[in-house]
This record gives sequence, C-alpha cells and structure tokens, in this order.
Amino acid sequence: MTSSLRRAVRALSVAALLSAAACTVPDTPTDIFDPYEEQNRATHELNRAVDRAVVRPAAQVYGGVLPPFVRGLISNVADNIALTGDVVNDLLQGRGEDAGHNFFRFAVNSTLGVGGLFDPAGSSMGLERRETGFGETLFTWGVPEGAYYEIPLLGPSTEREAVGRVADFFTNAFSYALDGPSAIAAAGVGIVDELDTRYVLGDSIDSVLYDSADSYAQSRTLYLQNLRFRYSGGQIDEQASDIYDDLIFE
Amino acid sequence: MTISSSNRLSRRAALAGLTGVVGLAAFGGPALATTGAGARRLIDGAVRDINAVINSGKSEAAMIADFERIFARYADVPTVARSALGPPARSASRSDLNAFTEAFQGYMARKYGKRFREFIGGQVEVTGTRPVRSFVEVQSVVRLRGQSPIRVSFMVSDRSGSDRFFDIVIEGISLLQSERTEIGAMLDRRRGDIGALTTDLRRAG
Repeated sequence: MTSSLRRAVRALSVAALLSAAACTVPDTPTDIFDPYEEQNRATHELNRAVDRAVVRPAAQVYGGVLPPFVRGLISNVADNIALTGDVVNDLLQGRGEDAGHNFFRFAVNSTLGVGGLFDPAGSSMGLERRETGFGETLFTWGVPEGAYYEIPLLGPSTEREAVGRVADFFTNAFSYALDGPSAIAAAGVGIVDELDTRYVLGDSIDSVLYDSADSYAQSRTLYLQNLRFRYSGGQIDEQASDIYDDLIFE
Repeated sequence: MTISSSNRLSRRAALAGLTGVVGLAAFGGPALATTGAGARRLIDGAVRDINAVINSGKSEAAMIADFERIFARYADVPTVARSALGPPARSASRSDLNAFTEAFQGYMARKYGKRFREFIGGQVEVTGTRPVRSFVEVQSVVRLRGQSPIRVSFMVSDRSGSDRFFDIVIEGISLLQSERTEIGAMLDRRRGDIGALTTDLRRAG
C-alpha cells in the first residue's frame, strides 16, 4: 500500500474517532440506541442479499471442498497475523500480561508452528488466543459505544466498533511490513477465514438471518449483548436478567 | 426510549425496595432465596439429562420430545413464556396465556433441540455459582472439539416455588432476551393477536 493512501486512511480514522467521541449516547448501556434504524435496516437487507447470493454459497463451496485439517491451517495463519494487532492493543489498554501472553503465542506459533500454520502455543502450552482490537482499546479509554451501526458487507457494529475496525486494519503490523502481493495474500487469508466462520457457524447464522421474524432486530440484540459481555470481562447484565420483578409489578 | 426505560428502572427499583421491606415484615428475616448448592444441583441434573438425550442416538423427533420434557421439568416455563411475550401478557386472558405457554414450550424444544446436535461430543463443566440479586447464576464452560471454550450461564430462581432455571446465557447472549425480540416481532406481524401467534408458534421452531 502506498504511504499517501496510508496517511489518508489514518487521517480518516482519526476524524471518525473524534466524531465517535462526540456522538450522543444513552446513559444506560443496557439499552439499544439505534437512531439510524431506517438506514441500518436498508443496509441489513443489502447484507442479507449479499450473504444469500455470494457469501453463503462461497462458504459452502469452501467448507465442502477443503477438509477440516486444511481449513484449520488457514484459520491458524489468519489468527497468527491478527495477533500482532492484539499485542499492540493490549499495550494501548495497559494490559501487560495479555500483551506478553499474545506475544509469546505469536513467537511460538511463528517459529515452532511453522509461520503460524500450526498452533503449538494453544494446544500444548496453554497460550490460547486472547482476542482484542482497537474497539476494545477505545472502550478502555472511556469512549462510549455510540449508536448501533450496521456496516455494509461487514454487518453489525456500533459507532465505536466501526472506528475500531478501520484502525485494526492498520494496526495490523503486517499491513505495514508487507507490500504488494504479500499484503494482498495476508488480506486474502483473512477473508478466506471469514468464509470458514460462515461455514462452521452456518446453521446458527442461517437461523438468525433467514428464520427470524425480524432478522435485523435479532442480529442487533445478539451482537450488542455479546459485545458488552466481552468488554465487561464476562459479566452478565444483571438488570436485564431479573425477570421476576418485572412480571409481578409491571 | 432511554427516558421511558430509566423511568421504568427507577419505578422498579422503588418497588423492589418495597418488597424487601414487606418481606422482612412478613418473615421477620431475609426472604428465603435459592442457594448456590440447590441451583447447582438443578443444573447438574439438567446437564446430565441433556447429555443422555444427545448421546442416545434417537431420531431427531424423539430427541425433541425428550428436550421438551427436560425443559418442562427444569425450567420455569410459565414465567419464561410470560416474559418472552412481554407487556401484552398482562392484558391477555388466562386461557390465551395458557395456550400460548403450551405452544411456546414446544417451540423452544424444537428450535433449540435441533441446535443441541452441535454439542455432540462436547463437554459441559459447571465451574461455579454466583448469587445475583434474588437468583443464582450457575456458570459453566462448554468445550467443543477444535473450538475455544464457550461460557454458558444458567439463571436459577425459586420464585416459582421450587428451583427452576429461567434463562440460559451463552457468551453474554440471553436466550430469554433473544426470544423476547423474536416473539415481539412475531406478535407485531400479527397485529398483537396472541391467538394467531399461538397458532403459528405451534408450527414454528
């Protein structure tokens, strides 16, 4: 990638970051804040159409043609590439232990794991991946979640997470270190690994996208609940969970 | 939306405080609540029964019938059904609500019974319990081959009269919350007609 393009995107992500920081948000984080619902629903229909016409069939071919072992190798490589970004974000979040953990995972799998094809760190050293990203970094810095936002082709997100995704693309050390064909190959591995996810979780994703009475609302609640759970370190939303008081008094 | 729900929240908080006082006055001590050990026993039992069905090698239809029995035995189905239906449950007639609850029980067994196949060969391990307000969260980890461990929590309460679970939360995603969204959308499509919803629910899932 050319350096001018890189600068442009960095400038863009900074602008997006500032606008996300300035956006209005509800006080209670358990609510769904979706002021762009109309536009989001249109994007959702687009994403569903793309999934139906392209992603789902491609995933079925990918999963049907390649044996699990080969798909596993590709997933391992994609995971290894993303680890560099995880380490950077761990450091930005001040989580030194996680940074060391992910760094050693990267070092072991890049060497003993033959360039990331295998996962000896996870399978025999207890160094499983601790995934993070710039969205979580923004969260730890106190940037509010912002409005729910469904991104064309990429799916459910929030304003903060959308900024995070743009930044992740560039925090990824590989996109700086590699140029030309290697960078394209690294990006390709990432995209192919998305197909693997679509294949492995096929039934679950189909059920949400095609069997729900309102697939937009269903995707939105699933995404937001899981996002908040991950960032809170596995805390269940207690307010939302206690149903007996509601039933008796409302 | 934000304003109305924060109003609701404070009203609920006030009422919850009030029940606490009434409870103290009536019993002369803290109200009885689910114990961690009791909740854990319930979930151990449910997990054992579910594993037995998954590994039984029965047909899908037979497995779904078994799941419905497990759901009815271990879950507080009437409360889960009411909560999934949301505010319309308050104005529904008793017979409509009973019919809905029965249809809902079958729908849940079909919808999620099909998904349990994905857990074949997996292991469920109860890792701990945590008291939360008036109920207990039983935490577990599900390990499937070649996948990261999945955190699954069962929410257990004895407010129905005996220990029952009323929600399963998978990686932060509450099945109850998800079904509120789903049932709410189905009801909207049928213009709030609970009878029509019940009829369709008997075939759905």
